[in-house]
Amino acid sequence: MELVLSILVGVLVAAAIYLMLARDLMRFLFGLILISNAANLAIFTSGRLTTGAPPLITPGSDFPAEGAANALPQALVLTAIVIGFGLFAFALTLTLKAYKRLGTLDTSEMRVAEPRDDA
Amino acid sequence: MKSVILRAGARLLVALLLVFSIFMLLRGHNEPGGGFIGGLIGAVGFVVYAIACGTSEAREALRVPPEKIAMIGLGISLISGMMALVLGGSPFTGQWLFIGATETEKGLPLSSVLVFDIGVYLVVMGAILALVFALEEEV
Amino acid sequence: MAPSQDNASPQGASQAFAGWISVALASALFALFWQALGPIGAGEVLRFERPWVPSLGISLSFLIDGLSLTFALLITGIGALVMLYSTKYLAGHPHFARFFLFLTLFMMSMLGVVTSDNLLTLFVFWELTSITSYLLIGFSHSGADSRRSALQALLVTGAGGLALLAGIILLGWAAGTYELSEIRAQGDAIREHALYLPILILFLLGAFTKSAQMPFHFWLPNAMAAPTPVSAYLHSATMVKAGIYLMARMHPTLAETDVWLWTLTIAGASTAVFASFMAVRQTDLKQILAYTTLMALGTLTLFLAADVGYAITAAMTFLIVHSLYKAALFLIAGIIDHSTGTREIDRLGGLARAMPITTAAAALAALSMAGFPPFLGFIGKELKYAGALAVQSEPYLVAAAVLLANALMLVAAGLVAFRPFWRGTHSTPKTPHEAPWRMLAGPVILALLGALFGLNSDLIAVPLVEPGVKAISAGELKPAELKLWAGVNIPLILSGVTIALGVVLLFLHNPMRKILAGIEARMPWFDRGWDNLLDSFKTVASWQTRILQSGEMRRYVYTVFATLLIAVGGTLIYKGAWAGLPAIPDLEVKHWVVTLLIVAGTALVTVTNSRITAIAGLGAVGIGVALIFIIYGAPDVAITQLLVETLVVVLFAVAALRLPTLKPGDGFPNRKLDAVFATAIGAVVAAILITVTTGPIDLRLTAFFEQASWLEAYGRNVVNVILVDFRALDTFGEIAVVAVAGIAAWSLLKGQTSDPEPDGEDAK
Repeated sequence: MELVLSILVGVLVAAAIYLMLARDLMRFLFGLILISNAANLAIFTSGRLTTGAPPLITPGSDFPAEGAANALPQALVLTAIVIGFGLFAFALTLTLKAYKRLGTLDTSEMRVAEPRDDA
Repeated sequence: MKSVILRAGARLLVALLLVFSIFMLLRGHNEPGGGFIGGLIGAVGFVVYAIACGTSEAREALRVPPEKIAMIGLGISLISGMMALVLGGSPFTGQWLFIGATETEKGLPLSSVLVFDIGVYLVVMGAILALVFALEEEV
Repeated sequence: MAPSQDNASPQGASQAFAGWISVALASALFALFWQALGPIGAGEVLRFERPWVPSLGISLSFLIDGLSLTFALLITGIGALVMLYSTKYLAGHPHFARFFLFLTLFMMSMLGVVTSDNLLTLFVFWELTSITSYLLIGFSHSGADSRRSALQALLVTGAGGLALLAGIILLGWAAGTYELSEIRAQGDAIREHALYLPILILFLLGAFTKSAQMPFHFWLPNAMAAPTPVSAYLHSATMVKAGIYLMARMHPTLAETDVWLWTLTIAGASTAVFASFMAVRQTDLKQILAYTTLMALGTLTLFLAADVGYAITAAMTFLIVHSLYKAALFLIAGIIDHSTGTREIDRLGGLARAMPITTAAAALAALSMAGFPPFLGFIGKELKYAGALAVQSEPYLVAAAVLLANALMLVAAGLVAFRPFWRGTHSTPKTPHEAPWRMLAGPVILALLGALFGLNSDLIAVPLVEPGVKAISAGELKPAELKLWAGVNIPLILSGVTIALGVVLLFLHNPMRKILAGIEARMPWFDRGWDNLLDSFKTVASWQTRILQSGEMRRYVYTVFATLLIAVGGTLIYKGAWAGLPAIPDLEVKHWVVTLLIVAGTALVTVTNSRITAIAGLGAVGIGVALIFIIYGAPDVAITQLLVETLVVVLFAVAALRLPTLKPGDGFPNRKLDAVFATAIGAVVAAILITVTTGPIDLRLTAFFEQASWLEAYGRNVVNVILVDFRALDTFGEIAVVAVAGIAAWSLLKGQTSDPEPDGEDAK
């Protein structure tokens, strides 16, 4: 299944970059969500997949059951999801604010900080 | 949205979700759950409430401004991490206290780790709510 | 300068406190170093050490020998006098306390430079002196000139500092230690070392920039923008001599080669001759003194080039002589400025009646500077001639250079210390008056010391000069004697010639100045060259900014991911890590369902022109990913993913109400290249992930967490234990990011930002 998930990550990344290259900021945000999902899946997959047992220690035993899932990537991914959400929310806020000020979501029209040379 | 059913339902739902979020927070050390999940559930509860009854009512129900909650949470986490420094040890080392422990039973465990997770809970909930409320109020 | 009312107000009282505490600190340190005179004179070396960064071989080790003690006494002694002077000179200045803070910081850093026995520690202090010098030159920061001069000094000495650091690291590598006392013992080995030449060049770059040797001299005259006490202290008596100190300190290690001999001889001689001509050409008191300082630094470099007892003794003696008279003269220039309101020598004259004590001090200091007996300056000059004739390079040429410089020095002394006081009358903005005692103490004491040491040269010969010469030559050279009367010999004859020549030139001063000004106008102007250099940097910087920051977001995205494509894909190919596709495994139905769900959701988001459809597609992807987490035993992650997915949809729904609909085709038709590019990166990411997952995995960390989770951390949910216990510090950082993101977004929405004109010029 690692093979399938790896290809799936590739598909997500490709779609994300295609969307991020769009001029519409809204599509860029879609791309941002996809690529953060892709990154999480990539971390998760590279920790290897084990069907079934979560990394929990049943009462009475001192260690997780043999063959339990790898706990480390799970911990990393868990925080990454929340941070990715924070990033997305901030980007969305910026987009909203930018639209309110500039009246457009076309990135090639957003030239306040870096005006065109010929302007 | 002015649906009476939604409003009444939302009140019930937010109460349930809050209780559930605290349940998830507290059991997190031994079962699936924890501060991140608890905080997200709590946030979802208030977001539902804000959608149903409006943000001003949701803010009232929350009593403390959400951005303050986030900062308080961050402070709690930091203090719990620094507890180890006071009690001797590297920062962010877990400190445990077992109340009523006997030879066989561990008693009621209290730990700086739980305090830390409470901080995480408050940060996640506060930060998300600060953002969502502000976004909803933005005209 | 405001009149002296420094104790009148409460602020004045706290100011006075800042001044006096600095004076007290400098005096106490002077007394402390005074204690060392006995042991050092008896031939001892004091050393203190405590580890600082043991893993890098950096220790706080300090060594006091004749050389460092001489410097330390000059730094603290002149420091105390200059600070005392400044309590009056800057009285009532709004940044009075700040000035003393900088000055004290400088003093401590400079003491660190001259007492460090570890090269890296020395470097840290070295840089601190550059920084405090920057702060002090730019002290009157409202003037554009001050700021420019300060920055110039910082950049020149800072660049030299970087070269020095590189040299120190090379030397530490070659010698196997950063301890100076250990390096000194390996002089021969280092001179034979393959890296000797680079080390030497880098060290000399550091020393030459700091001590303003040609062609790095131009920052020093500009540094005169600093308040006069700073010029007296940093830019004549102490900081500029840090480079001299470094050359003296490294003498046992790096000297005794032809490269050293000739580089120092040429740089020193040309600086000395050039500067003494330039000194005579100036009309501003401080500028004259600045160029004579350059001349002194050149002369010191010249003598450190050699490896004979006379030359080194001359360097040590002249070092002390120069610090005494030059600090005194600078302080006197400050007094003149303070009491008359000008420093232009053409406007000054006949001040002797109004300022008798200043006149006397100026005369004493100038006689020492001009090298008349019985002053220490005379002994210094005799030794200079003896040393010049003893050097291994070109004794006659060196002697001629020194003679010319000395004669011009006499002219400069006359210009600074006699003309303003005796000849003619003054036409100054303010009526001259005698300075208060706090400002007179420094010049008078320093000038008297020049006479005292001249009459009884043993006072400095035994405890300072001789141990100093031993330190510079690692005990190999015999110090020459310091005496006023050594019989009629060549140096004495040369002295006579100097004085005669000097007096003649003093009378011819005015025509000479015109000729020099004419020559100067035709010379390449280093200062302007410096500005051109800075301008060219700015041109390059704005050119590359235009290239890199086009303002086109698509280009940024392209740049970032093209880098990823080349770096990661290139590495994959270069390392030949690609092991081929593994066999396609047997998949259950649920796996196919989840995979298809994600692919379908992705496709939907990519192609749709409807926002609702896109959000639904994103939801499908999110839920698919959550399902993968559930299938592969990650309930915590799955719950988090689902909750976040819910919130993403809510946020999008809220935001979508306020955002425009998607434009079909995104407004521009040709996105084929984008698609190819995106697919290529997707392929590289997939390939790298396949390579990683087919390779071996190191599970030691996971095993540790599983072992310790319950037994040591009392938690049964390993993921949560990792988050809140094992990696709690990381988690703390992560929740801090979440909090910042939330609050930043909140303040962005809530903050009362002043909107620029909506749809103004910029938005078009």
